[in-house]
Amino acid sequence: MAIDDKRSRSAWRRAGRIVCALAALVAGACASSAGAAPFEDTMAQRVLACTGCHGREGRAGPDGYYPRIAGKPAGYLFNQLRNFRDERRHYELMNGLLALLDDAYLREIAGYFAGLDLPYPPPLAAAGSAELRARGEALVRRGDPARSLPACNDCHGAAMTGRAPFVPGLLGLPRDYLNAQLGAWRTGQRRALAPDCMAEVARKLAPEEIGAVSAWLAAQPVPPHAAAASDAGAALPLPCGGVAATAPNAPGGAGR
Amino acid sequence: MKRARAALALGIVAVLCAVSIALVVWANRDDAGEPAAPTALDAAALVARGEYLVRAGSCFGCHTEPGGAPYSGGRAIETPFGVLHAPNLTPDATGLAAWTSDDFWRALHNGRSRDGRLLYPAFPYPNYTRLARADSDAMFAYLKSLAPVANANRPHALRFPIDQQAALAVWRALFFRPARFEPDRDRSADWNRGAYLVETLGHCNACHSRRNVFGATAGPLDLAGGLIPVQNWYAPSLYDNREAGVGEWSAADVIALLKTGISPRGSVQGPMAEVVARSTQFLNDADLAAMATYLRALPGAGAEPSAPQEAPAAPSERGAKLYADHCAGCHGEQGEGVAGAYPALAGNRAIAITPPSNLVHIVVRGGFLPTTAGNPRPFGMPPFATVLADRDIAALLSHVRASWGHRSPAVSTLEVSRTRGAAQR
Repeated sequence: MAIDDKRSRSAWRRAGRIVCALAALVAGACASSAGAAPFEDTMAQRVLACTGCHGREGRAGPDGYYPRIAGKPAGYLFNQLRNFRDERRHYELMNGLLALLDDAYLREIAGYFAGLDLPYPPPLAAAGSAELRARGEALVRRGDPARSLPACNDCHGAAMTGRAPFVPGLLGLPRDYLNAQLGAWRTGQRRALAPDCMAEVARKLAPEEIGAVSAWLAAQPVPPHAAAASDAGAALPLPCGGVAATAPNAPGGAGR
Repeated sequence: MKRARAALALGIVAVLCAVSIALVVWANRDDAGEPAAPTALDAAALVARGEYLVRAGSCFGCHTEPGGAPYSGGRAIETPFGVLHAPNLTPDATGLAAWTSDDFWRALHNGRSRDGRLLYPAFPYPNYTRLARADSDAMFAYLKSLAPVANANRPHALRFPIDQQAALAVWRALFFRPARFEPDRDRSADWNRGAYLVETLGHCNACHSRRNVFGATAGPLDLAGGLIPVQNWYAPSLYDNREAGVGEWSAADVIALLKTGISPRGSVQGPMAEVVARSTQFLNDADLAAMATYLRALPGAGAEPSAPQEAPAAPSERGAKLYADHCAGCHGEQGEGVAGAYPALAGNRAIAITPPSNLVHIVVRGGFLPTTAGNPRPFGMPPFATVLADRDIAALLSHVRASWGHRSPAVSTLEVSRTRGAAQR
């Protein structure tokens, strides 16, 4: 069903592109908006409100600030949608768009984007010194036991492609975005359901360590079909409100 | 002689002051209103009735913070006079734990808190004063049934002298009297029920009426439309069929709009989307039909615009290009839209309304219709805040307001900037 859907969508899109190309040849003009394809009663049509910023099919916006949402784990996306709606995360346009959407629809939107398996672009050229990136890699792979700082890999998977359904992958994200998110977690600007494990981790990181981690992560290629590993049952080093398995009594958000 | 005159003048002033103070005090006296009467409902039915009425009264929107426990208060309400914080309505010590149903009735009917303080009319007691006592008691029973949530009330941050109880007393002397709902014997029971829901419980005029410099509306019966302060959304007139009047709509379309957020004649946006999501979608069909009866019977507007209109905008190449690039994909090259998904812009009265601030809000912020039982998977529009500059939005909207038969005034860049400022507060 979902596959048929996807096929017919891409068929439509191909058809749309051909028509567009022909029209461009004939009239020298073609609407650039993503909605130029014929109307379909599908999720892809419904989430044009999202892809305006997050890029076609949620592959990420052009400026490095709107992250890729395609292929992220469904539980993670659902939690982020709820966090924006309930203003634990702050970005006015997201807060406003989601304010009046209920959990059922947010779950469907999350499931839609989670189900997209699209290739990633190659990583951008490595930024920062080799020494900085080495420091970042050490933190990602080993953390710092002396400070009880867990390794990124402990939760986000050995391949850093995430753990379904709640823990996102860390690859394929721009350095600016990673810096902004870790910084926001550190200052309390970005929050998750309590207990907020990422806030705890980010507060242990010095600003230059955040820079190191982001520089190294952003330079890593994403393996093909980088689906999140499905070892959700494995223990996490910290209790996380957003991960159902570690927080059985986590509040369910505003049940509307 | 001079001295005697001065003394006389002073005396007159003193007497005038004393009389004014006496008048203000007199105007602020409590009205006992209806006494409590035993209810025929058992406890569970009373709570269920109360929940229904609390929803019909749109209490959630102010008394709940985003992501917070329902009715636990804390939401900041910005007004031209400063910021008010809606109090906690759950039965915690920081909320209504110590309140009785008489206290609650006094708050709704007289606008006075349990401790005797006068309440600010951001709490719509100028409307709620007409509630039936039985409804007040049911609402109170529901709030008392909620799980207590500890959330201490935050003090309001109002400007001087608005922050003074004496100033509020003067405001009330001028603009508020306790009242009761008087049914119109010449109208049907249906119409009267609709009047009660629209004027009293739903407090529709809190938005759909112009406010004077003192923040007062022309009363719960005025629904002539107004700009919502601070937010800068325009709540259109419910009289005028060129704005949001429904005199020419079928009852079914009015009911669909209030129940699902979308109807063949239009859909809800901005603050009204919130009203549908939090309130009217939960009303039963009989009450929605009553509201439709009342709204459809409101006096319509005359054929001529009440104020002289500015010259209509002219279509522009730049506006047409922006429309083709960003809008036509969904709304259609001729503004025809897609039924059930993307509103038609041709023939859409929301396009033509002046002030055009709602159009600016919609382009800047985008939005989904609210999820409702009747429209659980709404379509959405992306925000253009990061895509279009103020002058682009002005050109685009001016073009749309001059296309497909629209003949509305142009939208200036200044107007866009002002509204965008409000949108991105």
